[in-house]
Amino acid sequence: MALQPFLALGVILFGIGLYGALTKRNLIIVLISIEMMLNASNINLIAFSHFAVTPNANGQVFALFNIAIAAAEVAVGLAILLAFFRLRNSADVRDVNTMKW
Amino acid sequence: MANEAWLIPAIPLLVYVILLVAGRRISEPVVAGISVSAVLLAFLLAIAVLADVAVNGPTAPTTYAWLDFGAHSLTVGYEVTMLNALMLVVVTLVSALVLLFSRSYMKGDERFSRFYQYLNLFVFSMLGLVISPNLLQFYIFWELVGVCSYLLVGFWYYKPEAAAAAKKAFIVTRIGDVGLFIGIILLYIATGTFDFNGLYTAGGAAFSQVATLAYHGASVPFGMSSSGFITLTALLVFIGAVGKSAQFPLHVWLPDAMEGPTPVSALIHAATMVAAGVYLVARMQPLFAASPVASETVAVIGGITALLAASIGLTQRDIKRVIAYSTVSQLGYMMMALGVGAYTAGIFHLMTHAFFKALLFLTAGSVIHALDTQDLFSMGGLRKKMPITHIAFLAGALALAGVPPFAGFWSKDEILSAAFQSGHYVLYAMGLLAAFFTAFYIFRVYFLVFWGEAKGEKHAHEGGSAMVIPLLVLGALATLSGFLNTPFDPFVTRFLTYGHPLGIGIDPPASLPLILVSVIIALLGIWLAYSVYGRANRGAELAKRMGVLYTLSYNKFYIDEIYHYLIVTPIFTIARAIAFIDRFIIDGIVRMLGELGYTGGVTLKYANTGQVQTYGVLTLFGLVALVAIALGIGGVL
Repeated sequence: MALQPFLALGVILFGIGLYGALTKRNLIIVLISIEMMLNASNINLIAFSHFAVTPNANGQVFALFNIAIAAAEVAVGLAILLAFFRLRNSADVRDVNTMKW
Repeated sequence: MANEAWLIPAIPLLVYVILLVAGRRISEPVVAGISVSAVLLAFLLAIAVLADVAVNGPTAPTTYAWLDFGAHSLTVGYEVTMLNALMLVVVTLVSALVLLFSRSYMKGDERFSRFYQYLNLFVFSMLGLVISPNLLQFYIFWELVGVCSYLLVGFWYYKPEAAAAAKKAFIVTRIGDVGLFIGIILLYIATGTFDFNGLYTAGGAAFSQVATLAYHGASVPFGMSSSGFITLTALLVFIGAVGKSAQFPLHVWLPDAMEGPTPVSALIHAATMVAAGVYLVARMQPLFAASPVASETVAVIGGITALLAASIGLTQRDIKRVIAYSTVSQLGYMMMALGVGAYTAGIFHLMTHAFFKALLFLTAGSVIHALDTQDLFSMGGLRKKMPITHIAFLAGALALAGVPPFAGFWSKDEILSAAFQSGHYVLYAMGLLAAFFTAFYIFRVYFLVFWGEAKGEKHAHEGGSAMVIPLLVLGALATLSGFLNTPFDPFVTRFLTYGHPLGIGIDPPASLPLILVSVIIALLGIWLAYSVYGRANRGAELAKRMGVLYTLSYNKFYIDEIYHYLIVTPIFTIARAIAFIDRFIIDGIVRMLGELGYTGGVTLKYANTGQVQTYGVLTLFGLVALVAIALGIGGVL
């Protein structure tokens, strides 16, 4: 097995996530897309950790941290989403427009 | 005793601090009591110091290190010389009497303790100035004196004239201070020291009394000739004295300083302020003596001042203004004396003048206090109502006019005879004419105030004992202090020239014909004043006959107006133009930049849509662009 297929998977996953985060109108889909981007980076970390010149566990540790942070982020994101939904009765990104002048 | 001389200025400083901290909580009699007894104590110490140096000679300076920077070191300290021992006595004596007089004059003033506080600071500054052993310390006290005069002249600051007079006094003397400061710096560059004693070395053997500057590194700065450099520095120092001692052309502040309370005028005129300039020239006498050009300038300026101010004094209507111009005129005499090399005559006149001028001001204060007016023509007939004031004023007037045996006769006569014998015949003539004017104007005041019919409803009476005692003491001094330095027994001369200090000449002896001439001149002036104002007031008639001369004198030769049009107005115009440039061009550019940022922000804020996804796309394209640039230039910046 070589490094490149893992990296290719990471890039594809990241690209899909980015596209989703920037274009989808539904807030839940946007959140899921962000999760995909995080997981794409996790794949990269583990791949480099395994295929490095001197393989070690650093990347895996970082991946574990990332997973924990992603869990926290999802919790916060969903909480905001719920609060927003109660306020505006909508889950559309375009309605989240109060953060301007 | 002379080693404890530092106590003399320290005492008024202590009182100043006490009044500063607790002044509001102490009652008027206590404030005055502390101040008067403190300055009186200082006076007794000064007497002890004087007695000590009279026996043992001057002391070496006591100095303490202040600042060290590089190869230079600055010191502070004190020193008692023959000259400043005498000055200490005069200053403390006159100040103590003025402080006592202020007790009644300022009674009930809202800021009574503040007034005493300033007076103590004033006395401290002057005493500190007198015992300074170096020019830098001297300059610090010199400025302190200026600040105090500003505070006191403007004491009744709610009167617009007083506020303006205070500013004028400060700004006009400042012109002189700049000259003095440049002079001090030049002397330091040349000699590497600020010490009065370190400035000079003896000149050639043939002129053992002529000093020269002790050049540091044995060369004259800026490639100047030694005599040229000495003249330059002496003239710069003299500019300082011209400002402080109200010499022509910077005399304009002193008559306006009359707006302050009368005791302040007495203090400024007699002891603490204008004497500083004369003292400076006397202290730097070796420098002036080494430069004939500089001493001629001093003498000529002095002569012009004496005559000009005396001729203005002839016609003024305000009693204090007449006395103020007489101070300017007498200071001119002192400068003339120092300029023609009559060192002791100048100092002696400073001393007698301090006594009789303080006396004249305090009697004028007493009159003003009784009548509530300063206009000569609304006074009259006070001879019977205020007998003590009358006698005291008469003594002061006779002393000022130079009638024997009063104090001013001996000192003024020495100056005139020194001017004549050193070959300054024109100056002698000017001095003589000024003496004639002096006798006339002071007796004009005397006859108008004390003779004739009483005017006005107000019932005039003598002030309390605090007012009368200073008048009596000063009256006695104005009458008798001349005997300290008669041609028969020149005590002051012997005292001042103890040990033949370097660079200080001996005054020429007085001569009898010259004495007779000046006495006759003085009596003529008094007789003229009597014939015009004594029997009946024929002043208006005389004024009409004098025509344009009267107008010139009454309007002070339009000097204030000339300054106003030649100096004040152009400077204001320039200042306004610069203010315009500053406000609208410099500030305009700054404001324009600010507006630019603001307008830009207001416009660009509409790009801020609040859509998170738009931001994300822009960030992404920004990143892509950065990566593209990094690849294009082959690396990161």
